[in-house]
Amino acid sequence: MRAGIVVFPGINRERDMAIALERSSGHRPRMIWHRETDLSGLDLVVVPGGFSYGDYLRCGAMAAQSPVMRAIAAHAERGGHVLGVCNGFQILVEAGLLPGALLRNAGLRFLSMDCHLRVERADTDFTRRYRQGQSFRAAMAHGDGNYFADDTTLDRLEGEGLVAFRYATAEGAVTPEANPNGSARNIAGIYAPNLRVLGLMPHPEDLVDKLMGGDDGKPLFDGLAAALAA
Amino acid sequence: MARQVDVSLAREFGLSADEYQRVLDIMGRLPTLTELGVFSVMWSEHCSYKSSRVWLKQLPTKASWVIHGPGENAGVVDIGDGLAAVFKMESHNHPSFIEPYQGAATGVGGILRDVFTMGARPVANLNALRFGDPADPRTKRVVDGVVRGVGGYGNCVGVPTVGGEVNFHPSYNGNPLVNAMTVGIAPTDRIFLSAAAGVGNPVVYVGSKTGRDGIHGATMASAEFDKNSEEKRPTVQVGDPFAEKLLIDACLELMQTDAIIAIQDMGAAGLTSSSVEMAGKGGLGIDIDLDAVPQREADMSAYEMMLSESQERMLMVVRPDRQDVARAIFAKWELDFAVIGRLTDTGRIVVRHQGRMEADIALAPLVDQAPMYHRPFTEPSLPAPLGEVADPAGLSEALFTLIACPDLCSRAWVWNQYDATVGGQTVKRPGTADAAVVRIEGHRRALALTTDCTPRYCFADPAGGAAQAVAEAWRNITATGAQPLALTDNLNFGNPEKPEIMGQFVAAIRGISAACTALDFPVVSGNVSLYNETEGQGILPTPTIGGLGVLQDAAQAVGLALAPDLELVLVGDGAGWLGQSLWLREVTGREEGTPPPVDLAVERRNGDFVRGQILAGGVCACHDVSDGGLLVAVTEMALAGDTGVTLSPTLGGASPHAFWFGEDQARYVLAVRQATPLLAAARAAGVPAEYIGSTGGGDLTLPDGATISLRLLQSAHARFLPAWMEGAA
Repeated sequence: MRAGIVVFPGINRERDMAIALERSSGHRPRMIWHRETDLSGLDLVVVPGGFSYGDYLRCGAMAAQSPVMRAIAAHAERGGHVLGVCNGFQILVEAGLLPGALLRNAGLRFLSMDCHLRVERADTDFTRRYRQGQSFRAAMAHGDGNYFADDTTLDRLEGEGLVAFRYATAEGAVTPEANPNGSARNIAGIYAPNLRVLGLMPHPEDLVDKLMGGDDGKPLFDGLAAALAA
Repeated sequence: MARQVDVSLAREFGLSADEYQRVLDIMGRLPTLTELGVFSVMWSEHCSYKSSRVWLKQLPTKASWVIHGPGENAGVVDIGDGLAAVFKMESHNHPSFIEPYQGAATGVGGILRDVFTMGARPVANLNALRFGDPADPRTKRVVDGVVRGVGGYGNCVGVPTVGGEVNFHPSYNGNPLVNAMTVGIAPTDRIFLSAAAGVGNPVVYVGSKTGRDGIHGATMASAEFDKNSEEKRPTVQVGDPFAEKLLIDACLELMQTDAIIAIQDMGAAGLTSSSVEMAGKGGLGIDIDLDAVPQREADMSAYEMMLSESQERMLMVVRPDRQDVARAIFAKWELDFAVIGRLTDTGRIVVRHQGRMEADIALAPLVDQAPMYHRPFTEPSLPAPLGEVADPAGLSEALFTLIACPDLCSRAWVWNQYDATVGGQTVKRPGTADAAVVRIEGHRRALALTTDCTPRYCFADPAGGAAQAVAEAWRNITATGAQPLALTDNLNFGNPEKPEIMGQFVAAIRGISAACTALDFPVVSGNVSLYNETEGQGILPTPTIGGLGVLQDAAQAVGLALAPDLELVLVGDGAGWLGQSLWLREVTGREEGTPPPVDLAVERRNGDFVRGQILAGGVCACHDVSDGGLLVAVTEMALAGDTGVTLSPTLGGASPHAFWFGEDQARYVLAVRQATPLLAAARAAGVPAEYIGSTGGGDLTLPDGATISLRLLQSAHARFLPAWMEGAA
């Protein structure tokens, strides 16, 4: 799997992502400075977490204007895989690659803690190493993770099977108590219609090593590596 | 701004009449406004350490693993594998009362710069926060702002905030303490220092533009507060963590080349202190052209530019043939890069602006003749020892009172606002072990980090309390299996012009020194914050200790959470010391007695034994005994692991409440599969140890048979901070 990680000024989880990708694929991903526009040869483009442009204006709003975003859109159009995590999800949404918006957490505070995610479908390249309905632990670190879209959009996402993960209990129950940030219908991550673009708020890349607290996130990267093995 | 330069202006600037006379003697003429400003900030308490310097020399600062002790921007310690840990703690107390968010945020920003200016990538932040009485109407706003500010800055910069402490006491009502610590990693053969070199070399300013924020911030930090303190708001600096992130990335990228000869961050007293220190340390002079300084506001005067404490700026001396390389890197990261001066051989700092000479000062007397005071002090007298104290509550009720009180309740509300996992190297997150454990990327070894101080002990017995702070930091590192190496100290005290306060400071230095020597745990950096008083009411003496240790293999790190089917062993013993204990304060309302004595030889013996057992394998959890005593320590372990405990100790002569809540020092609770071999090993090592219970189930069973459900303990423990901070006003 040839992966590239896009780095905007202010991104701060590119190293975490590189570690996770290398653990699963055996290959060091390429770091792509946001001014580059050549993504040829890459199977997977990752937009990682952080505070691109300091979250000025709106989270991800300025990064979404960067030249590399057109290249990412073209890559997605060609059927390439794109993974946006946290600020990366916000950037993909601002750039129009995914629908909806990420608002301030309902509690109005930054949240750094673990959550559980229920796998809504286990048949995509991102989730093939999980079971449908499985609940796995993920790290969160965000102030603006409250997913919002109007009811028509939410109904369409659900109807077309484009909800990737929902906040849930450890046992897999999708409840208000398990929803840390007020996201509509407990949605933590969504796909584009071709199931090759995934955006999610929690950080699976920070739980890929039992030594760091657990490896519940590793199957996501293992699945990608297997799907995109040369 | 045509103010007459005279003694009354000098006093407004924070100089005493005597200090002003010294300025006149050095200059040989009336100083300009800018020159007076330079002297006033360089000679402020915050920058010159004039009240404390003479005593700080007593601190032990050496060991074979110390590469740079106090005197550089941060301390540097060899941690093996060709790596150095670069770390320091600094205070941002006065600004955090005036403007809590920005005061705390810029405190974090400032200490980060002190570390990465030496070429070290920051890998962990910690912070020790002291707040006033929760019942005081001002406290909630300060807590909210400070925690948001620490998180807001640290999270954006992308350095994990992995540990620290929070205390409440009325003495901090008008004087919160924000002590921020940063730890970074650098190769031992690539540490950058601040002494300038090379006459004629360009002096380069990089980072954010200069504005009018923070002018006389150093002076504000050197004075007490009074009723008019709110007016000091313009003296609080405003931070931009995004700019800092860019600055870190740009500086670390430039440091991969050989372009930098010297580098210093612009912190307190901004351009003034950085240029004076760089040139002074190098024995050179410096010419500055303020017309070249990137400015954020129009019509700034020379005085304003020299004293501005605008954040996220660095000053560098660059190799002339590498200027273009440096300029290109800063252009990539979209930061200002300006050549604002040259090094000279005159030994003077000369500042020009719009064709006028604004300052021309000889550096040697500015630095060498900075005031150094031997302030009068009175030796602190110890309180009367505590006599017998009857137990008014019983074990169960006292336990609930203690784990629910502000000083012992769950701090999850605080650390859930701090990103602790960014970087992917956090082995032990807040709340899971006695020290934070962070692995060094690409290596097996890890750092163990903690901040500690028990201010009520320091008030009762400054020397003993300060020694206890060092011992507790050493214990907390040891309890994870790590070897303590060095510490940074942040000494927070009241007004040093009062002999009893100066006496607290002198005694604390004595206590710290004794503990550092006995534990081979030297001071490699630090900060002093004085004048933490409002309208004559001072804080408890608070010598915060930031400790650093190393684990050869991160996988050996041990936390405090219990699992079922284990046996608990108490290592160390004691008489059941209730003097200055939290039990005494929270259950009987008394702050009396002398604090528990610290026997440094016993601390060492017990700690070395515990660490050896952890590294030999077989220790599943370990927690040192401190605030609240043994029953609180066991409860904290049970709550962390959601695993019950059945206690069945053999009591010594102490009464139950003294045994279970006494804060005798040098003790640890270990959870092991089999107690017998551990007890035998302790006996062979001459270390007191006893079996105190076993783990399993969902209850805490006390020695008298009473059971308390973990659910109830959990909810008592978790209640206070969210209810107070998020509930109705």
